[in-house]
Amino acid sequence: MISQKRLLRAEPSFRFLAKLWRISWLYVLLICVLAGVGYGALYSADGGSAKPFAGPQSLRFGFGLVLMLGVAMLSPRVLVRLAWPLYGLSLLLLAAVLHMGHVGKGAERWLIIGGMQVQPSEFAKIALALVLAAWFHRAGHKRMGNPLFLIPPAILVLLPVGLVLKEPNLGTAVIIGAVGASIFLAAGMRLWQIAILIAPVPFLAKFAYGHLHDYQKARITTFLHPESDPLGAGYNIIQSKIALGSGGMWGQGYLHGTQGQLNFLPEKQTDFIFTMIAEEWGLVGGLTVMGLLLLIIMGGMLMSMRCRHQFGRLLGLGISMNFFLYCVVNLSMVMGAIPVGGVPLPLISYGGSAMLTVMFGFGLLLSVYVHRDASFGENEGNA
Amino acid sequence: MRRWSFRRASRGLTIGALFSRKTPAAARRAPARAPKETPSRGIFTRRALALMGLQTAALGALGDRLYRLQVSDGRKYATMADNNRISTRLLAPPRGRIIDRFGATLGGNKVNWRALLLAEQTTNVQGTLDRYSAILPLDDRERARIDRELKHGRKFIPVVVQDFLSWDDMARLEVNAPELPGILIDVGTTRLYPQGPTLAHVVGYVAPPNERDVAKDADLALPGMRIGRAGIEQFHDLALRGTPGSVQMEVNSVGRVMRELDRREGQQGKTIGLTVDLGLQQAVLSRIADQAASAVVMDARNGEVLAMVSTPSFDPSLFDSGVSQQQWAEWTADQRTPLINKAVAGVYPPGSTFKPAVAMAALQAGTLTPGDRITCRGYIDVGGARFHCWARYGHGSIDLHQGIKFSCDVFFYEVARRTGMDPIAATAHVFGLGTKLGIELPHQRTGSIPTPAMRRAEGHHWNGGDTINAGIGQGFVTVTPLQLATYASRLATGRMVQPHLTRSIDEALQPTMNPDHWPALPMPEDHLQALRSGMYAVVNEPHGTAPKARLPLAGVQMAGKTGSAQVRHVSRYARESGHFDSSKLPWEFRPHALFICFAPYDNPRYAAAVVVEHGNAAAEVAAPLARDIMMDTLTRDPVNHKDAPGQKVADAI
Repeated sequence: MISQKRLLRAEPSFRFLAKLWRISWLYVLLICVLAGVGYGALYSADGGSAKPFAGPQSLRFGFGLVLMLGVAMLSPRVLVRLAWPLYGLSLLLLAAVLHMGHVGKGAERWLIIGGMQVQPSEFAKIALALVLAAWFHRAGHKRMGNPLFLIPPAILVLLPVGLVLKEPNLGTAVIIGAVGASIFLAAGMRLWQIAILIAPVPFLAKFAYGHLHDYQKARITTFLHPESDPLGAGYNIIQSKIALGSGGMWGQGYLHGTQGQLNFLPEKQTDFIFTMIAEEWGLVGGLTVMGLLLLIIMGGMLMSMRCRHQFGRLLGLGISMNFFLYCVVNLSMVMGAIPVGGVPLPLISYGGSAMLTVMFGFGLLLSVYVHRDASFGENEGNA
Repeated sequence: MRRWSFRRASRGLTIGALFSRKTPAAARRAPARAPKETPSRGIFTRRALALMGLQTAALGALGDRLYRLQVSDGRKYATMADNNRISTRLLAPPRGRIIDRFGATLGGNKVNWRALLLAEQTTNVQGTLDRYSAILPLDDRERARIDRELKHGRKFIPVVVQDFLSWDDMARLEVNAPELPGILIDVGTTRLYPQGPTLAHVVGYVAPPNERDVAKDADLALPGMRIGRAGIEQFHDLALRGTPGSVQMEVNSVGRVMRELDRREGQQGKTIGLTVDLGLQQAVLSRIADQAASAVVMDARNGEVLAMVSTPSFDPSLFDSGVSQQQWAEWTADQRTPLINKAVAGVYPPGSTFKPAVAMAALQAGTLTPGDRITCRGYIDVGGARFHCWARYGHGSIDLHQGIKFSCDVFFYEVARRTGMDPIAATAHVFGLGTKLGIELPHQRTGSIPTPAMRRAEGHHWNGGDTINAGIGQGFVTVTPLQLATYASRLATGRMVQPHLTRSIDEALQPTMNPDHWPALPMPEDHLQALRSGMYAVVNEPHGTAPKARLPLAGVQMAGKTGSAQVRHVSRYARESGHFDSSKLPWEFRPHALFICFAPYDNPRYAAAVVVEHGNAAAEVAAPLARDIMMDTLTRDPVNHKDAPGQKVADAI
C-alpha cells in the first residue's frame, strides 16, 4: 500500500493561489455582511458600546474567517478521510457532555475545553453531514434502492440524535435528524421508502410527547397559549412579540428600540437578537436580514448542485440545510411560531462555539465549491 | 487509486440547467469534457431544488408572519410596549390656601425637608445610618422601620429616614453630606397654620389619609397628600385638594427610572376666602382670655361669620404629621374640651335668651299683644306646681317691653302657658334655634326645641310644666352659640340669613354675601320691633338686666338679652332658704352665662352671641364680654377699614 502521506504530497498541479482564486468571494462577502449586521445588533444590545458582546464577537469572527478559508483549501479526499474520525470525536464529545457537561437554562449543555465553551451538538451536525456524504458518495443509484444499504447511515444519524435527546435538547436533536434526512433524500432514497418512514411519524410523536420533560411540555403549552402565563414561561414569547410589534414598518431607530434597550426583551444578545433588529429597524430591516439569510442558503444549495462529485454535493447540501434549519428554528421561535428552545441565529447571535462551527461549516461549503470539478470517485455502477 | 485532476469549468451553472429534469445541459452539449453524468446527480438536483423551494417557502411564511406581527397587529403590540416601558406617577398638587376676608393666610403650605436613603448609593447602609444618627438622633423605632422598609423595598427606591426636618436639620445634613453616602434631601410641603390656635376650630386641620380614604380616592395615596379632618379643611376638602400632576417616566424591566418623558404640573387647590376677620378673631380671643367660652360675631345683614371663637383651642399644625398618643389623651381628657368647636357643637340651654322667641311665638299666635299686661308676684302656680321668678318678690304688672327688659320669668311662664309648645317650637325653628344651619363646618349639632309630639315619640310624657320651663329656655331646650348668633341676626334684620364662612372660592365672591340673597322672615316688622325695643331696654334703660353691656360710644346703642342656663337643678329648699349662691358651686356645676346682642340698635349691622361655660352670672360675665366684643367689631368696621382689599372687590360688584 502506498502511504496516505505520499498520496497527499503527490497532489496535482493545483496550487494554493489558484484554489484561493476559485473561492466564491461573493459568498464570502455575503457572510461578512451578515456578520456585520450581527456586529451592529450586538453593539445595540450593549446599549451602544462594543463591550461586552460586539467586540469579542468580532474577534471571533475574524478567527472564524481564517478558519473558514483554511478549511476551504482542503480537498475532498482529505475531507473524506477526516469524516470518520471527526464523527467518532463528535460522538465521544456528546457522550462526555452527558456525563460532565454544564447545564444552563434547563437544556443547553457544554463542555469547557481549554477555557472555551464547546457545544458538541453543534459540532455533531457538521460531522454527521461529513460522514453521511462520505457514506453515500460511492453509492450508485441501484444501491440506494436496497433498504439494507440504508441501515448503517440511519444508525449514524440516530446515534447523535439519541445522545442529544438525552441531554436533553429537543430542538437540536430535531435539527440533526432533519439534516440527516435531507441528505438521505438528496442521495437518492426511493420515494416509497420515504413514504414508509413518514407513515408512523404521528404515532411516534404522540408517544414521544409522553416522554417529554416537564419543561419541554411547558414550552409547548405556553407556545399554544402564551398569555396564560405572562410572567412565567410565556414571558419570553410575549415580550418578543411586543418588541416586534412596536418596531412597526420602519422601526424605532437604531439604538432606540425600547423593548430591547430597557431589557424587557430577554436574551436579546443571543436567541432574541433578531427581535431586537426588527424592533429597531422595523419590518424593512427584518425582511432585509431574512433576505440575506435566504441568499446565503440558496447560494449554498446552488454551490452544492454545481459540484461534480456526490460527496461534495451531499456535504454542501447538508451544511446549507443545517444553516437553514438554524435560521428557521430561531426565527420561528422569536416570532412565536414554535416553542422556545435555545437555538441562536447563526453569525448574528453572540456565542463563540456556535460562531466557530458555523464558520467551519462554511469552510466545508467553500471547499466543495473550490473543488467542484475535481474528478473524485465517480464510480457509478450503472453510468 | 485514480489521480484526480482539476478541470476549469468553462461554463458556469445556468438557471436553465438547474431546472432541467434531465442531466445538466452543459453535460449533454459537451460530453467529451464531462465524461459521465450520473442518475445520482439528476436526482440530487431535482431533490435539492425541491428543498430550495421548501426553504424559500418557509422563509416566506416567516416573512408573512413578521409582516403580520409588525404591521397588521403592530399597533396592539406597540401599545403593549408602551405599557411596558412607561410608568406614570402622579405628583401631589399643593393644597389650596385658606385666607381671611382681608387676605391674611389662615392655612397655607410650608416647604419642609425630609431625608431619604437610597440604598444602592452606599456600600454600608448601617454605617451611613449610624453616622446619620450621630447628627440627628434616630430612635429605635425609627431604625426598625427603616430596616423593615429597606428589606422590602427595591434598592433604587428611596426610603424615608426622617420627615419634617427643619432648615437647621437640613443644613446640618448637607454640611455632613460627604460622610453620608446614600442620604438624599428631598423637598416636600407641610400644612402651615400661621394663626395656630386662633382659628383652629374654624379652619380645622389635615392629616395623612387612611386606607379607607385611599380606597375612595386613589389620588390620596400620593406621598404628601393630606385630607381635611375638621373645619373648613374638611368641608372644602375636595376644592382644596387640587388636581394631581403627572410625570411619565421611562422605566426598564426592573422598574428603574431611565428618563422623564413628560411632566404635567398639578393644579393647586382652590383658595378659600373666609368671611372671618382675623383681627377681630384675635381681639375676641383676647377678650375671652382663659375662660372656657364661645363667641360668634356675625354680619346680621348677610350671615357672614366674622369671628367664631371656641376656647380653649389647640394647635392644628400638630395633626399634619400625626398626633402623638400622649397629646391626644391630654386633649380628650380635658373637661374644657379643646378639640370641640363649642360654637357649633356645644349645646346649652338658651336660658332667658330664649324669651324673645317665646314672645314672638305668642305675638304670632295672637295670645299676646305688645300692650298686654301680666302681673308677676314672684311665682306662678301651674297644674299644682309652683314656678318661681328670679326676682323673689316679683315685678308687678308689666307688659312685653318690660318683661324682656327685666327678663321676668313669670311673664314668660304665663306667655308660654297661653301659647303652647308647638307654636313656640315653630317660631324658634324659624329663628334658627334647634335646626341644622348651613354653616360649612362638619360635626355641628342641632340642639333641640322639644315638642310634646317629639317627646312622646321618644316615650316620655309631656307635662304642662315642661312648656312653662321652655318659656324661659330651660328644660329640654338646647341650642348652640352659632344658633344664638343666627337668632340675634334674624331678629335684628328680619332676614332669614344663614351663617356661613365661605366668602370667595378662588377670588369668586359667593352670592351669599349679598343681603338681598336672603328672604325676609315670615314675621311682621312691628312684632320684631317690639322685641328689639325690649332688648334695647335690657341694655340701655334704667333697671335693665344688662346695664354693663352699654356701649361707651355716643350715638351707637346695642340691644341684647342675657341668659343663664342652669346645669343643675336648684331645689326649692335651697332657693327659699335664701342661702343659695351659685358662684360658690364647683366650676362644673355653675350655670352657663349667655348673652345675645346686635348693634347698632337703629340700623342693625352686627349680631353676636357669647356663651361662657359655667360663667355663673350672665349680666356680670357675658354682658360685658359681649360689649367689648361689639366695641371691637364696630371699631373694626370694614367701612373704616382703610386697607381692606376684600371689601373693595365686594364694592365693585
